[in-house]
Amino acid sequence: MSDKDPRNKTSPLIFELSQPGRRGTAVPQPDVPTRPLEELLPASALRQSPPALPEVPEHDAARHFTEISLKNHHVDKGFYPLGSCTMKYNPKVNELTARLPGLVDLHPFQPTSAVQGALRLMWELGEMLNEVAGMDAISLQPAAGAQGEFVGALLFRAYHTANGDPRKKIIIPDSAHGTNPATVIMAGYDVVTLKSNEEGRMDPAALEAVLGDDVAGVMLTNPNTLGKFESDIEMIAKLVHDAGGLMYMDGANLNALMGITRPGDLGYDIVHINLHKTFSTPHGGGGPGAGPVAVKEHLAPFLPVPILVQKGDGSYALDWERPTSIGKVHGFWGNFGVLVRAYTYMRMLGQAGIAETAQAAVLNNAYVSARLGDTYELPYGPGLHESVFSGAFLKQHGVRTLDVAKRLLDFGIHAPTVYFPLIVAEAIMSEPTETETKQELDRFCDAMLQIAEEAANDPEFVKQAPYTTPVRRLDEARANRQPDVRYRAG
Amino acid sequence: MAETQVPDNLLYTEEHEYVQKVAGDEIIVGITDYAQGELSDVVFVELPEVGSTFAKMEPFGTIEAVKAVSELYTPVGGEVLAVNEVLADDPALVNRDPYGDGWMVRLRLNDTTELQGLLSPDKYKALISD
Repeated sequence: MSDKDPRNKTSPLIFELSQPGRRGTAVPQPDVPTRPLEELLPASALRQSPPALPEVPEHDAARHFTEISLKNHHVDKGFYPLGSCTMKYNPKVNELTARLPGLVDLHPFQPTSAVQGALRLMWELGEMLNEVAGMDAISLQPAAGAQGEFVGALLFRAYHTANGDPRKKIIIPDSAHGTNPATVIMAGYDVVTLKSNEEGRMDPAALEAVLGDDVAGVMLTNPNTLGKFESDIEMIAKLVHDAGGLMYMDGANLNALMGITRPGDLGYDIVHINLHKTFSTPHGGGGPGAGPVAVKEHLAPFLPVPILVQKGDGSYALDWERPTSIGKVHGFWGNFGVLVRAYTYMRMLGQAGIAETAQAAVLNNAYVSARLGDTYELPYGPGLHESVFSGAFLKQHGVRTLDVAKRLLDFGIHAPTVYFPLIVAEAIMSEPTETETKQELDRFCDAMLQIAEEAANDPEFVKQAPYTTPVRRLDEARANRQPDVRYRAG
Repeated sequence: MAETQVPDNLLYTEEHEYVQKVAGDEIIVGITDYAQGELSDVVFVELPEVGSTFAKMEPFGTIEAVKAVSELYTPVGGEVLAVNEVLADDPALVNRDPYGDGWMVRLRLNDTTELQGLLSPDKYKALISD
């Protein structure tokens, strides 16, 4: 696509389309008595000048957002194999239910007697998630995976404090997502980083060497960030429990396990579940997310308040009388619209469908790993639902993983996660998810193999990619150092 | 791709720092050309306060690149005599000139024998060619 191609033109901001006085709708004059704003609000609450909102007619707004949505990449437009993020297609029926007037028009201050249907939906979602997780109690409040982890770390602290000793350390493997150590430190614990073994797994002997009575517990994603199932998980859980610690599972990769095996049965005490990954609610800018935290019975008293309970007569209530709770972690009751979408997804799949989803996610990744594994190295072998390839072999041509990721955009495919996890050099972390067809997987594999050939034959061509996107290579260092995302007129 | 530079007059660590001996018991520490290439574009360098002291292989700062954040380790124990203030405004100096203007801290050694534990240029070359 040349620079003259109209598709390459930068879209104006909606502020730049604005013309004073343009309107989409003419609001009629009120037919009731009015009072000046100054009589209703104190002067300190009143603006001195109107906000600088864009003024455009409806069709300008519709065309503007349609145009930029076509330039953007999203799951409604194309394949999105972003490892660790589970960018599955989000069924449209989720949006239908989330917009039902009886749900969307609720107000969070309505009394519980007036929102029994909404509470029932939350209760049943919690029951289904507990079933998938093998846990006993749940909080739907946390708004994301990282907040779930933070809640988990606070539950560690609350549990150990109640036992008379808060303890000091949490053990995390070196393959872990950066949010794991970050949330643990925010909760006031020290992090002990444990080196993965040659298979990319946690080594029970290495764990035993760092366990002690100052260890609050272990945070372990399963399958881990390399996509590998932690096959020693039962032994690991026993070692940790014998040392008085707790087991936390980062549920980021639950898509590989759901309906097949349950974190609670593997020895975990706490798990957070990313509804925006595993249960098909929007994410990646389309959020908000939801990261419910499910726990075993012995941790239930510490969960955030309020806890949703079912009373003897079958009705639902919010229980605030929980003196050992870590407190509230979200405004109102969590991201309710997201919970409706996850509920819809689980009800549409049913129990068998949930297991088949995990199987298809693993099968799709096995196929991609088999097709690419001879060209792109797999230092730790293929994973379950995702695999971490290495682009290190391209260095001989002066081409790096970043260049492969940029070139992939020319094929209309979102780049996989790159340079993570850190223990794989030039990492390319691909997670196809269950929603893609064999044809689409083949298109991805063909593109990846073509790029490897291009790198060998014409490295400069790959290093200059992408060619077909509205903008080419961006100044990432400057974007990090001087982020300027605010529009200023003039 | 330009050849990775491993100057013969420096000592190295397995964590990819280099040590340049200057006057007496003073050294300059930075990260190697190989390290800056692996990190890619450096966007922030966080350095310690002058006068602070560090034990051998203790984290003395952090370096943030577009790709990842890493800790910086003192190759040998010592007291910080000076830090490269210019990096606050122009961290990309670490990419452009890691062994020159991209230096990080100047230390006074506690114990000069600790230098003996560092890697020679040949050993460091072997490490990064693995």
